[in-house]
Amino acid sequence: MFARAAASAAVIVTIAAFDGAAAQTTSQPPDTMAARVEACTPCHGNKGEGTSDVYFPRLAGKPAGYLYNQLLAFRSGRRKYPPMNYLLEFLPDPYLAAMAEYFASEHPPLPQPAPSEVSKDVLAQGELLATSGDAGRNIPACVSCHGPGLTGMQPGVPGLLGLRAAYISAQLGAWRYGTRTAKSPDCMQLVAGHLTEADVTAVAAWLATRPAPDNPAPVPKGTYALPFGCGSQPN
Amino acid sequence: MGSRLSIALLVFAAFTAAAQAQEKTSDKSSDIIAHGEYLARAGDCTACHTAAEGRLFAGARPMPTPFGTIYTSNITPDPETGIGKWSADDFYKTMHNGRFPDGGLIYPAMPFASYTKVTRADSDAIFAYLRSIPPVNQKNKPHELRFPYDNRQLVLGWRTLFFSEGEFKPDPTKSAEWNRGAYLVEGLGHCGMCHSPINALGGTSQSDAFKGGLIPMQNWYAPSLTSNREAGLGDWSIKDITDLLQTGVSARGVVYGPMAEVVHNSLQYLNDEDTRAMAVYLKGIAEGSSPPPASTALPTAESSLLISLGKTVYDKNCASCHGSQGEGKPPHWPPLANNQSIEMQSAVNPIRMVLNGGYPPGTKGNPMPYGMPPFAGLLSDNEVAAVVSYIRTAWGNRGSPVSAREANELRSAPLN
Repeated sequence: MFARAAASAAVIVTIAAFDGAAAQTTSQPPDTMAARVEACTPCHGNKGEGTSDVYFPRLAGKPAGYLYNQLLAFRSGRRKYPPMNYLLEFLPDPYLAAMAEYFASEHPPLPQPAPSEVSKDVLAQGELLATSGDAGRNIPACVSCHGPGLTGMQPGVPGLLGLRAAYISAQLGAWRYGTRTAKSPDCMQLVAGHLTEADVTAVAAWLATRPAPDNPAPVPKGTYALPFGCGSQPN
Repeated sequence: MGSRLSIALLVFAAFTAAAQAQEKTSDKSSDIIAHGEYLARAGDCTACHTAAEGRLFAGARPMPTPFGTIYTSNITPDPETGIGKWSADDFYKTMHNGRFPDGGLIYPAMPFASYTKVTRADSDAIFAYLRSIPPVNQKNKPHELRFPYDNRQLVLGWRTLFFSEGEFKPDPTKSAEWNRGAYLVEGLGHCGMCHSPINALGGTSQSDAFKGGLIPMQNWYAPSLTSNREAGLGDWSIKDITDLLQTGVSARGVVYGPMAEVVHNSLQYLNDEDTRAMAVYLKGIAEGSSPPPASTALPTAESSLLISLGKTVYDKNCASCHGSQGEGKPPHWPPLANNQSIEMQSAVNPIRMVLNGGYPPGTKGNPMPYGMPPFAGLLSDNEVAAVVSYIRTAWGNRGSPVSAREANELRSAPLN
């Protein structure tokens, strides 16, 4: 008798506890990073895969250190893009780091490269610059820093795959004109300063035609030595 | 032997007493410095006098105004370029009178019309704190003001119209808590700088205090703190007000735009007692009566079409977070039904939230806020106007519809 009463009391308590939990889950947003970064997704895609807008980059799978550096640079205004500067202005470092980790750990498949709109000659010039550089003009090859597979290196060097030509050329332009800057020594500003507009078009077009490699992950830190100092990737 | 021992003991005793006294003084002065730091946060001194990626209190932060750009000054204790040669008297006079120690006029971008209410003791504590930070040798950047505003003598006219000097005087008919709140809101908090209408001369008349207005240059509307149809807090609970001020989110709504900055840089650092005092005062100044709902300039047929399109846009893009009845999931996904910020006469803020989205500030109480996506690239002017018209009139909300033109005009509003 007593035992039964105690058992039914326990059932009631359990139901009440269950109800409470259910009520709480329905009245609060999910306690996940995915729900917290919904502000990012209209431009960068649900998993950071990018969207149809060619000026908004893919974030997924880039090294977390690189993404974190960009978030810090947008927050301080060092990297200028008002919608991003505005969104991040009052977010603390640990939260930005968590956002960077979130997108770095997502691995949606890389998109199929779109057919290029430039001539074969221009593509060949882009390939030459990206893979060999032009020592006479102090232009290092893209692969010398971004990796032989162009997948980047942990923690701070981004991969260059899955980006559209329009985005790459806009970023190289931003470096040339100083609206995108990074920690000193700002290696990309030095490189972009040596590029002509024709170089930018060619490199951006060729990079955008690259197919997805078997392993798109950034290589581990220290896999190769950078050819010159870079504030974003301290040795 | 005996006397030698007693001398030694005496010396020892004297030494200990001196050490204790010294400890006591340094305890006291470190208390004052800590209190000064707290007050500097309450006055938001830190955020304005520190540039992005710049050294603490070295100034040079640009402040855009309708008259040109003003750069904040170096207030580190550097004797050449900062305020290292100032006395506590100089500092108090500057805060209180809006004049440099040499008598020079200060532009009213520095909120001395509010800081004049700060007590001498609080001014001294802030000064003690500023003396304790590392000096930075960095010359002040010259202001870039257009003619004729580059003539500082014009400030004399402004002062005649809008400045009345004087420390805060408690109202004996109110509680100590109310008076503490009033002191913080009207003095260090300088809330009136935004939440009062600003006229063409860049001033605010006393009779319009806290009645709301469009913030120049930023194009956000700072709602009235006295009208319950705007941000008047008359029917808010004290807990909802303190949540909003301390964490940036509450059951009634979240802060965004320039108010996100205020919570982030200043209000989140205030202790529970001061936050509560501000809440009590703010609830107290809200006027009971509500003016009649705003009338709309849009023809009825046009507005009903807009609102029906608005419901379609809302159900597709907004309802998943804000709820089909505008109930939201507070505090993180704010309710839109019965939300003053949505309903108030100026539709600037709801339009800008739809266009620009935004995150509430990351605070100690809410370190990983949920954000709203910007819809500027996803919705046409017509769709923005439609969805804003819908949320302003659905679920018993008493706002007026807005036009596609109003939505379009705010696409070019500055974002930072």
